[in-house]
Amino acid sequence: MTTHVLDDTSVLTGRSLRHILRSPDTIITTVVTPVALMLLFVYVLGGAIHTGSSQSYVNYLLPGILLITIASGVAYTAYRLFLDLQGGIFERFASMPIARSSVLWAHVFTSVTANLVSVTVVIGVALIMGFRTGASIAAWLAIAGMLILFTLALTWLAVIAGLSAKTVDGASAFSYPLIFLPFISSAFVPTSSMPGPVAWFAENQPVTSIVNTIRALFAQQAVGSDVWIALAWLVGILVVAYAFAIAIYRRKIR
Amino acid sequence: MSTGPAIRVKGITKSFKDVHVLRGVDFDVETGSIFALLGSNGAGKTTLVKILSTLQKADAGTATVYGVDVATNPGDVRESISLTGQFAAVDDVLTGRENLVLVAKLRHLKNPGTIADNLLARFSLTDAANRRGSTYSGGMRRRLDIAMSLIGNPAIIFLDEPTTGLDPEGRLEVWQTIKQLAGQGTTVLLTTQYLDEAEQLADRIAILHKGTIIQNGTLTELRQLLPATTVEYVEKQPSLEDIFLTLTGDTGDTDDDHADNNLPARKEIR
Repeated sequence: MTTHVLDDTSVLTGRSLRHILRSPDTIITTVVTPVALMLLFVYVLGGAIHTGSSQSYVNYLLPGILLITIASGVAYTAYRLFLDLQGGIFERFASMPIARSSVLWAHVFTSVTANLVSVTVVIGVALIMGFRTGASIAAWLAIAGMLILFTLALTWLAVIAGLSAKTVDGASAFSYPLIFLPFISSAFVPTSSMPGPVAWFAENQPVTSIVNTIRALFAQQAVGSDVWIALAWLVGILVVAYAFAIAIYRRKIR
Repeated sequence: MSTGPAIRVKGITKSFKDVHVLRGVDFDVETGSIFALLGSNGAGKTTLVKILSTLQKADAGTATVYGVDVATNPGDVRESISLTGQFAAVDDVLTGRENLVLVAKLRHLKNPGTIADNLLARFSLTDAANRRGSTYSGGMRRRLDIAMSLIGNPAIIFLDEPTTGLDPEGRLEVWQTIKQLAGQGTTVLLTTQYLDEAEQLADRIAILHKGTIIQNGTLTELRQLLPATTVEYVEKQPSLEDIFLTLTGDTGDTDDDHADNNLPARKEIR
C-alpha cells in the first residue's frame, strides 16, 4: 500500500488542480486584493512614505505584497478540504486502499502550484508598475524557495483550519490575521518609523525577516542574519503546523 | 475465502460521549447475499456501516470481513470492500467520466478509461459522461456514485441508505442495480429506513433498534413472528406511487427497459 504513495498523491493532485483550472476565479480573487493594495500604496500613499532607501517604492513594497498574495491564496486550501469533508468524497477515499497521507499532500501540492501562479501574476503587474530588479538566477531561485517554504508553512496551517472547521466561513477565516500580519512589519514602511512597542512586535514577527530577505535578494544586497531568522520561523511553523494537521487527520480517519 | 460468512459482526458497541449508539450488535452476512439493516433515523445504521468500512473504530466487539479484522487490519479490509455513503460521494467539478477514471486510477487498475466507459454504458450515463457531476439529477448522481463503488469489483459493497432523497423512478433504478450486483455474486449490505426496500431487495433482514439487533431473519421468518394471516376483504386502492409511475410512463433520464414493466406491489405501512 505504501508503495503507491507517489501514484496516489499525483492522481489526487491532478484532481484538485483540475478544480483550479475549472474555476480560475480562485486565482483571480487571490490576486485582486494584493494588486489593489499595491496600486493604492504605490500611487496614493507611497509618495508620502519615506523608506530611507534610494530604490523605488514598488521595489520596496513587492516582497510584502507577495506574502499577502500567498496568505490569501492558502485560504482556498482550507475551503477545498472542507468541501471534500462535507461532500462525502473524503470518506470514499478513506475507505479505499490508497495511501493515507496522499489526500492531504495532494491539497498541499495544489496550493503550492496555485500560489506560484498567483505570485507570478502579481510580479507581472509589479513589472508593469515599474518594478525592476537585477537579481541573478540564483537569487530568483532563492526567492522562489522562500516563497514556496512560506506557502508550505501557511498551507499546513490551512489544512488544520480545513479539517477542524464547522462552517465554510470558518474554514477560510483563519487567513485574515495572516493577511494583516505584513501591515505590522517592514513590508510597507520601515519599522524604525513605528512607536516602541509596535516596532518591537514588527521587528520580532516572522514577516519582517522574510520581507527583508526577499527585498535584499531582489536588490542584490547581502541578506545578513535575516535569512536565518526567516528560515527558522518558516521551518518552525511548518513542522508544528504539519504535526498538528497530521494529528487531527489521524483522529478524523482513525 | 469460500468458507464462513463474508461479514461477521460480534458484540460491537460504540458510544459518542454518553450517547450509546450501538449496544452490542451481532450478525453474519453470507457471501453473495443482500443483507438489509432496517432501522429508523438514529438507530445506529450509519455508525455500524462506518465501523465496517474502516472509517470508525468500535469501542468493543469485533467485526471481520472474510475473516480479516476491520480494526487491526483496515488496509487489507479496504481491498475487498467499497462504500457508498449516505451522501453521494461524487466530485461535482469533475465530469462523470472523470469521476470514474479517478477512482479506477486510485485502485491502481489498468485501462481506467475503458473501465469508465463500460460503467457509463452499464449505468445509462454515456450521454452525460462529459457533463460535470453538479449537473446530474439525484438519481443520476446516485447511479454514478454506485458505479464508482463497483470499480475494481470489490467483493462486498456497503450501501448506506442508497435511495434516501430519490424520486420513485430513481429508487427503482437503484433497486435494479442492487439486484444485478447480487446476481453477479457481490455481497451487499444495505441500510434503509424503508420497509418496502428491505422487502424488495433483501435475502435477510435485521432490524436495528436502539443500538441492538432485535430481529434477524428472512422475510418469511419475520412474517411468522406475527399471528397467522387472517383473510379480510379490503378495497385495493392504487398507491400514489402506482399512479405517479403509470402517468409518467417511463423512467425519465434512462432508457432502462426493465424499470416500469415489473412494478413491485407496494406494501402499505401502518
